[in-house]
Amino acid sequence: MNVKYMFSLMAVILLFLLAYAGVEVAGLQVVFGIVIPYAAFAVFLVGFANRVMCWAYSPVPFRIPTTCGQQTSLPWIKQAKLDCPSTTGGVIVRMILEITVFRSLFRNLKLKMHEGGKLAYSLELFLWLGALAFHYSFLVVCVRHLRFFTEPVPFFVKILEKLDGFFQFGLPIVYLSGIVLLAAVIYLCLRRMLMPQVNYISLASDFFPLFLIMGIAVTGIMMRYFTKVDVVGIKEFTMGLVTFRPAVPAGVGGLFYVHLFFVCTLLAYFPFSKLMHMGGVFMSPTRNLPCDTRAKRHVNPWNYPVPVHTYEEYEEDFREHMIEAGLPVEEKE
Amino acid sequence: MSDLPKSDEILSGLEYEKKPAAGWMDTPVEIKKGMYCYASNVKSVEYLGLPNARTWNPLDDDWLLPENWQEILHKGFKERLERFRSFKVFMDICVRCGACADKCHFFIGTGDPKNMPVLRAELLRSVYRNDFTTAGKIFGRIAGARPMTLAVLKEWWYYLFQCSECRRCSVFCPYGIDTAEITIMGRELLNLLGLNIDWIATPVANCYRTGNHLGIQPHAFKDMLDFFVEDIEEITGINVEPSYNKKGADILFITPSGDVFADPGTYTCMGYLILFKYLKDKYGLDVTWSTYASEGGNFGFFTSHETMKRLNAKMYAEAKRLGVKWILGGECGHMWRVISQYMDTLNGPADFLEEPVSPITGTKFENAKSTKMVHISEFTADLIKHGKLELDPSRNDNFKVTFHDSCNPARGMGMLDEPRYVIKKTCNNFFEMPANTIRENTFCCGSGSGLNAGEDMELRMCGGLPRANAVKHVHEKFGVNMLACVCAIDRAALPDLMNYWVPGVDVTGITELVGNALILPGEKERETDLRGEPLPGMEEDDA
Ligand code: SF4
Ligand code: SF4
Repeated sequence: MNVKYMFSLMAVILLFLLAYAGVEVAGLQVVFGIVIPYAAFAVFLVGFANRVMCWAYSPVPFRIPTTCGQQTSLPWIKQAKLDCPSTTGGVIVRMILEITVFRSLFRNLKLKMHEGGKLAYSLELFLWLGALAFHYSFLVVCVRHLRFFTEPVPFFVKILEKLDGFFQFGLPIVYLSGIVLLAAVIYLCLRRMLMPQVNYISLASDFFPLFLIMGIAVTGIMMRYFTKVDVVGIKEFTMGLVTFRPAVPAGVGGLFYVHLFFVCTLLAYFPFSKLMHMGGVFMSPTRNLPCDTRAKRHVNPWNYPVPVHTYEEYEEDFREHMIEAGLPVEEKE
Repeated sequence: MSDLPKSDEILSGLEYEKKPAAGWMDTPVEIKKGMYCYASNVKSVEYLGLPNARTWNPLDDDWLLPENWQEILHKGFKERLERFRSFKVFMDICVRCGACADKCHFFIGTGDPKNMPVLRAELLRSVYRNDFTTAGKIFGRIAGARPMTLAVLKEWWYYLFQCSECRRCSVFCPYGIDTAEITIMGRELLNLLGLNIDWIATPVANCYRTGNHLGIQPHAFKDMLDFFVEDIEEITGINVEPSYNKKGADILFITPSGDVFADPGTYTCMGYLILFKYLKDKYGLDVTWSTYASEGGNFGFFTSHETMKRLNAKMYAEAKRLGVKWILGGECGHMWRVISQYMDTLNGPADFLEEPVSPITGTKFENAKSTKMVHISEFTADLIKHGKLELDPSRNDNFKVTFHDSCNPARGMGMLDEPRYVIKKTCNNFFEMPANTIRENTFCCGSGSGLNAGEDMELRMCGGLPRANAVKHVHEKFGVNMLACVCAIDRAALPDLMNYWVPGVDVTGITELVGNALILPGEKERETDLRGEPLPGMEEDDA
């Protein structure tokens, strides 16, 4: 058994028991329903802002974009406007494509050694697909949950629900996003477990969020399709939270608190983990700077003078040789 | 290198899917012969005034570190986090997705999992987490943190000098995490303890003193070029005598000193001389060479940002002293990475120079407006496009050419099509290697960033495997026998690599091809190319 993922799995199970027993046995509804959500949200907000500010606090002394295509140069040479953008507009488009469709990941290649020691590199899209499925379904699920936090429910949430529930398999309507999210998370997790290279580089802290999100998805699906929780009660409760008039709902079982607790854990864990790539992707100097390094001067705020070997010192060292070889010198002795 | 394994031994030992039994933190580093470079020479470190100069040996248990070495590293780490957003962000946001894992030529060639870019970076990140993050401090190993120990330091040294800072991994990372950038910081930290390799430290000391890697003194530099002038006169009947340190010349030309001293770079150097002579006679363009700024390649880049700046300063200083209009740069990889990403910031503004315009074609090099430095491939491509060069490409008909995009011009400046254009206009037989191995996906020669020594030949042959494999493909398919490139390290490294993996393929710079094809006014009928090999159709005379 692999310690790294067993540890994370155990941690998530422990969290489950904690919330379930906390509510069902110890009756700590107020703690799990009100105190922890507020605290987690605060930790998330402050932590996230803090982290981003901490990054922003460090300067970008040099302009170091990775050029993934042809530079701007002679007018008759076609520039790769997206992969080697030389204008702010180009950079914005490059970033939008990175953030919305994971363009760099799309480039992914797979290495294979063929017979006779021939190496070949072919397109490999599964990681890209998995990542897209995961992030977009997660986004849809989050937006869909806005209906618990808003009154009236905004139109886009309603439209999204409609689209998401397009495939009606009976009652209640099945939301595709939840299923896709669970499937994608399982895929990403299996990938980490089964692919030797990826397994080798994975840490316990890579498995933990995956198991946690899996827990969130499973409890969510359970509540919706199997245990049928009191949705009206929950909406009252969540509206209470957002309007700062929190009250514990009556007749909502442990499973709901587990779901909520998992979400809170994820929120609180977020700023201290690799999940911060959500903010960091905007800050990467290899992608968010224009490739105009030779055309525009970039200033380094902490640039300082350094000792150099000046021409005078050089000539001092070699003057005789230079004169002898017929090289011009500044000072003939 | 008698103990260099045979190429098929290396190939058959490669196994990418095998996972070591123990986790990487539990696999101690083993410093293997043939895979590392000798330690920096005490004299060179002293000459530059870098910290902790001493004689040491990587194979010894005791690395003779200063008493408080952990403290020095911690402080250095912190300083760099505060100075470089890239470093801070790259320490925090890697999700270990593995997209970069099999992109590194050193991983492909050695199969050593610690050569996966993500893991190379994790070597530093683990210490970062331990020293600078809350999660790491609380959860330790579970959060991927570990304290800095001597074993960890040795692992850093070994693997940071098994990265050629080629940036290939960065192309594929969804966040643009550039492991080269992390390696650069790691090497800076190692330098705080005097832990460089000699193939970097000594060239840096030489560059500092004499202006070039090899420590060629001014008169010897001139002597070397004089040899080429004689050779060229023999081949073409024309004296191409260049000017040196000439005040008031139009353009200062700087190229890596490798071109002046080692084959096959020397042929490229002859190409420069022929081109400049042609431009002088036909258009009156006055290009001068400098003995003071006689090096384009900047190994300070593999030492620290500060050392890079110290070496780089000479180029602008010399341009200013000589009063030239702008600077033309030769075929060099690291030189152009530094010019493109650092030079203007470090050593600029170059406001004493003019915005570069080709006096012959009138083309404004808008993309070099601020650095005032133009690459010779950009310059030549523009000349050819405007019909300013009289070329006879059939003189290169003995060559079936493919082009190796040198990493730095490709991923550090985005110069991909200019050299291709020049090759196509000077040669009749050009064949591309497979798409996933060229342009921004290009593979490193395996010897970049100061790893081009003799003692780490096995590492270099392993690292060059993916490049060589692609050359082999076109060698077998189209009979390619000439590998062109725009980098002096390539010209030094690739011949060994070709001999080892793809015998029968030679290496050339682009300007050598230009030198062969260019018809100098008043030249005699050429019988040989710049290498002294008979030109196509001239073989009989030789026999
Ligand atoms: S591709 Fe980027 S995020 Fe993925 S493992 Fe490599 S460095 Fe980390
Ligand atoms: S920069 Fe190049 S050598 Fe270094 S880890 Fe990335 S791919 Fe490997």
